[in-house]
Amino acid sequence: MMAAPQRVSYRMESTLDSVNKAEEMADQVAAQAGFDEDTRGGLAMAVREGMINAILHGNAYAPDKRVNLSFEQTPQEMIVTISDEGHGFVPEEVPDPLAPENLLKGSGRGIFLMRAFMDEVRFRKLEPGTEITLIKRLPQQ
Amino acid sequence: MSMKASTRQVDGVTIVDLSGRITLGEGSVVLRDTIKDLLSKGQKKILLNLGDVSYIDSSGIGELVSAFTSVRNQGGELKLLHLTKKVHDLLQITKLYTVFDVKDDEATAIAAFTR
Repeated sequence: MMAAPQRVSYRMESTLDSVNKAEEMADQVAAQAGFDEDTRGGLAMAVREGMINAILHGNAYAPDKRVNLSFEQTPQEMIVTISDEGHGFVPEEVPDPLAPENLLKGSGRGIFLMRAFMDEVRFRKLEPGTEITLIKRLPQQ
Repeated sequence: MSMKASTRQVDGVTIVDLSGRITLGEGSVVLRDTIKDLLSKGQKKILLNLGDVSYIDSSGIGELVSAFTSVRNQGGELKLLHLTKKVHDLLQITKLYTVFDVKDDEATAIAAFTR
């Protein structure tokens, strides 16, 4: 019999402290899910980058705006959802940080890093805000 | 979880020993202020020792790139020393490993600066 999906959600302030807490939680949840240390590190970094995206670029540290963070585990994968209440953005319009003309830019690598460490990264426009879904397949037993 | 930066001089090169995390917030600010301070004093040969840097996020990578371009724009040189595996891998996937001059040995790194 398959285990029932487990989901835990948090509503967090738009602060740097929330970014650090989310990263720590991601590492713990990934450890409980059975990911190895390297994968956990990458997953925690992807969550950190998603939170930075939501808090810095989405909510712009606004004290009246919150970030919703959830971790869900199914028998096949770990799913992390991060949503903000900002103005939103078009992911396709974010410049490729690996293009020669962008290599020496001081920012713009967050989404690339999320994609590098996760199996799937999805974006959904909210009214208002953006929802990022990060998916990592669980190691095969 | 914060970052510490201390500087020392060896044969005309300023070595910045960094430890902790270079991340959005304090870590990135410490690095930025250190580079700004060195450039204002005319110290333009800078070797960043990252041997005790446990973690870098996208903001930290951006700060390293900004440090590199700031120093270069002022006619100086910035090199990296002692990358941990995590930081090495991160610079590889972001294609920055070949942008930076990365060294494994301090004496070799110092000798590599233009005289």
